[in-house]
Amino acid sequence: MSNDRTTVHNQIRLSRRRFLQVLAGTAGALVVGIRMADAADAPLPLAMLGDTFNDLGAYVRIDADGNVLIGARDPDTGTGVATSLPRIIADELDADWNRVSVVSLGLGVTDNNGQPRWTYGRQIGGSGGSIPAAWNDLRHVGALARWLLLQAAARRLGLPASNLRCDAGTVIAPDGRRFTYGSLAADASKIALPASVPLLKNAANYHLIGKPVGDVDARAIVTGLTRYAIDEHYGDELIAVLAHCPWPDGTLAQIDTTDTLAVKGVLKVVQLKPEPGQPLGSTVIAPAVAVLAVDTWSALQGREKLKLEWKPGASGGESSNALEQQASALLAGKTDPTTRVRNDGDVEAAGKKAARRLEATYFQPWLGHVTAEPMNCLVRLDKDRASLVVPTQAPQKAWAVVQRLTGLSPAQIDIRVPRVGGGYGRRLDHDYVAEAVMVAKAVDKPVRLMWTREEDFDHDYYQSGSVHHLSVVLDRKRQLLGWNQRMASASALAHRNTPDNRLWTSELHADQLPAALVPNYRSDWYALNSAMPRGPMRGMPHTSNAFAVESFIDEIAHSMKEDPLVTHLRMLGEPRELPLSVGGTFNTGRLANVLKLVADRIEWKNWLHSVNGLGIACWHIDGAYVAHAIEVAMQNQKLVIQRVVCAADVGRVINPLGLEGQLAGATLDALSTALNLAITFKDGLIQQHNYKDYPLASMAQLPNAVEVIVVPADDRPPAGASFLAMPTAAPALANAVFRASAVRVRRLPLMKELLRML
Amino acid sequence: MAPVQAQAVTVTSDSSIVPEKIRDGIDLEINGEHYRHTGDPQMPLLWYLRDVLRLTGTKYGGEHGQNGADLVLLDGKAVSAIDQPMTKLAGRQVVTVEGLAGNDGSLHPVQQAFVDEDAIGCGYCTPGWLIAAVDLLRRKPNPGDDDIDRLPNLCRCGCQTRVRSAIKRVAAGKAGQP
Repeated sequence: MSNDRTTVHNQIRLSRRRFLQVLAGTAGALVVGIRMADAADAPLPLAMLGDTFNDLGAYVRIDADGNVLIGARDPDTGTGVATSLPRIIADELDADWNRVSVVSLGLGVTDNNGQPRWTYGRQIGGSGGSIPAAWNDLRHVGALARWLLLQAAARRLGLPASNLRCDAGTVIAPDGRRFTYGSLAADASKIALPASVPLLKNAANYHLIGKPVGDVDARAIVTGLTRYAIDEHYGDELIAVLAHCPWPDGTLAQIDTTDTLAVKGVLKVVQLKPEPGQPLGSTVIAPAVAVLAVDTWSALQGREKLKLEWKPGASGGESSNALEQQASALLAGKTDPTTRVRNDGDVEAAGKKAARRLEATYFQPWLGHVTAEPMNCLVRLDKDRASLVVPTQAPQKAWAVVQRLTGLSPAQIDIRVPRVGGGYGRRLDHDYVAEAVMVAKAVDKPVRLMWTREEDFDHDYYQSGSVHHLSVVLDRKRQLLGWNQRMASASALAHRNTPDNRLWTSELHADQLPAALVPNYRSDWYALNSAMPRGPMRGMPHTSNAFAVESFIDEIAHSMKEDPLVTHLRMLGEPRELPLSVGGTFNTGRLANVLKLVADRIEWKNWLHSVNGLGIACWHIDGAYVAHAIEVAMQNQKLVIQRVVCAADVGRVINPLGLEGQLAGATLDALSTALNLAITFKDGLIQQHNYKDYPLASMAQLPNAVEVIVVPADDRPPAGASFLAMPTAAPALANAVFRASAVRVRRLPLMKELLRML
Repeated sequence: MAPVQAQAVTVTSDSSIVPEKIRDGIDLEINGEHYRHTGDPQMPLLWYLRDVLRLTGTKYGGEHGQNGADLVLLDGKAVSAIDQPMTKLAGRQVVTVEGLAGNDGSLHPVQQAFVDEDAIGCGYCTPGWLIAAVDLLRRKPNPGDDDIDRLPNLCRCGCQTRVRSAIKRVAAGKAGQP
């Protein structure tokens, strides 16, 4: 394959930095893609233009035989973006979905004078931003390809393109003559581009967007053929397993590798250390010893026989109990907050006018990620190339780690990202990539680094525990007059090159409920200092804050002997749009709507008299709205979750089946977490090492079904939904438990606290 | 040079450099194919499948297979592959997720039902759920919710309710139907 078989045809400006580009592929294929500004000299993805499709960019390729290949740029960690992103392109293209294949893209990077240029734009999975970003640019890829095919058909027929229409991979003339896209692809690739971007489809003509479809990888997954990074091989790689120091800032005092090296198959032992000055998440998470062997079993046996003595560092004495006590002391004391997140009106003055006041404190534990696929990374280093297969949510961040450690130029680093076995924020950090590259450098051989489950539990970027103190004052008309919320936690952004005055952003949101609904509103954050590594977590900080806020609103209703639905609806008031500090608006009517929907479905009118306990909760995140209603029964000391209803308003829905799966899945994850899970540490040592210590909920503990209601909202662009259903599940559960048992659980995990209080 | 030949025979019989006897292998059947394992007899089946045979559908979940991702059928019964040393497997029959579909590519009803219900999160733990479901449906062709409750698998993506629907779909004979 060579460059002269292809022609860079033309380009159209899509936005300030993005261009649509058309390429004529080999064998009569039409190839359309987006490229970023100034990338004109970048080499074409040659493989895409030939007969092997392993590197095709955010492109669509239509072959002469009518097959359509679409690249999915964002890592799919179980969020369904490998299905929904290509659906967006395919709809604009009027493609026949049955002829579409999807290829998961690796990292798109080219060399811009030694700096990386990201050729596919944004590539992040699991942040809730994949679909909104795709809605802005990927639709144009499909629209341009469709426009070109129409022009090709128009020339062939001698008719204006406006007389033709497209349907499921064919162009149809007024007299009924039909041309398949495949038969038009070669001609279409030679047509000069229009002066401006072709118009997008009228939404009334969508044939895929808004229609349910199963995961594109489903068949490969159920037959065991999907290869995750952990399943990939270069053929000659060594397996590396690790023994990490139990303390992130500890040191290796003694090492004896004699017995390890005597294990058949073990070849070498390598020591790793965090690089000083590197932010958390881009270097080794703790000092470690890597055992390299010809296969996993030998490596694991070798690791068993290591004689290691680790010494704690300065943080060796930390415990989660002591940190919680510090948090409580901070909130009880008179010290100024680390950050005043929001301050509307005058909370103190409002307190003097109060007809009723109430306060409560809520406690939440530290949490871990526990991805199904443990940390791993496959790497081959050559003099002029690094090739990696990485289970990551953010391949560009992985690239930066590899680049720093190898010194290679941007385009010499090739990162493939297959389907990922769970992310939840853990794979926004790339300590395991740093480890793999360091080990490969040390042994001068390809390496597959693999963590054991225990390593995965013991060396996470945890979610900090938190204490929330809430107080409210109400007037005689039961209106919320003043709201004062104070939270203490260890920031997820500490030790990450984030300015100190921004650390609160990972812990509290200025717009979270009931901000903007109460005239005198204050929220304060108090920083806890901890050396325990921390990082992003699915649904945080919303999940933590919603538990405190939505439990508290339920307590307010109870104190007034009022229906909590009524309390909520009074608080939300008339439907109106309120500005968000991050841009966009909060529509109180949409939030009230999802809350009323779940209440209706669960027959909320029985809330006071039901034998079972009913609970509700609602929340909004950046213009998306969610509510849960949950019904529980207490059978002796056993809690049975009998019904769970979730309603969401996320704007236009790309794939209703995928959305339902995301909402139900996040609901179950949130329930499992709230019921059972806590990470604790003592003397700086994590006390949970496996599932038996950190028991994700079994089938028996979870509800048999999650009833999902999706609000039609085609008037707004699609919002992300991968963690939208996390925040409200736990407070709805706790509120239901209160009605079933009269026990108000203010401390998670819920089951432990409930059994203690019953 | 005739004595040399005689000498050679002598050396062979007296020397300590006896050619190593061909090691007895462990013969077993995996997905209907016969295999002989001649490596470490203590190697767990999981690593034999993944590292030696490159059958990577069976996933590593953790020690003792606590999340169920490494379930395989051993003589028809779901067991954790990491808990099965090869030495215990002579003459036994193993079926992995790769062995569930027919030779013609037709999906097993349980696989089909998982596709029908989109009972997939990230998909990493899915092979284990499939094996557990096949085992359950063999024992109880029409399982109740209590039976499904006893599946050992764990999943953080939250596929459990859809898995439940998929199992009921198989029991109702509706796999592959709208």
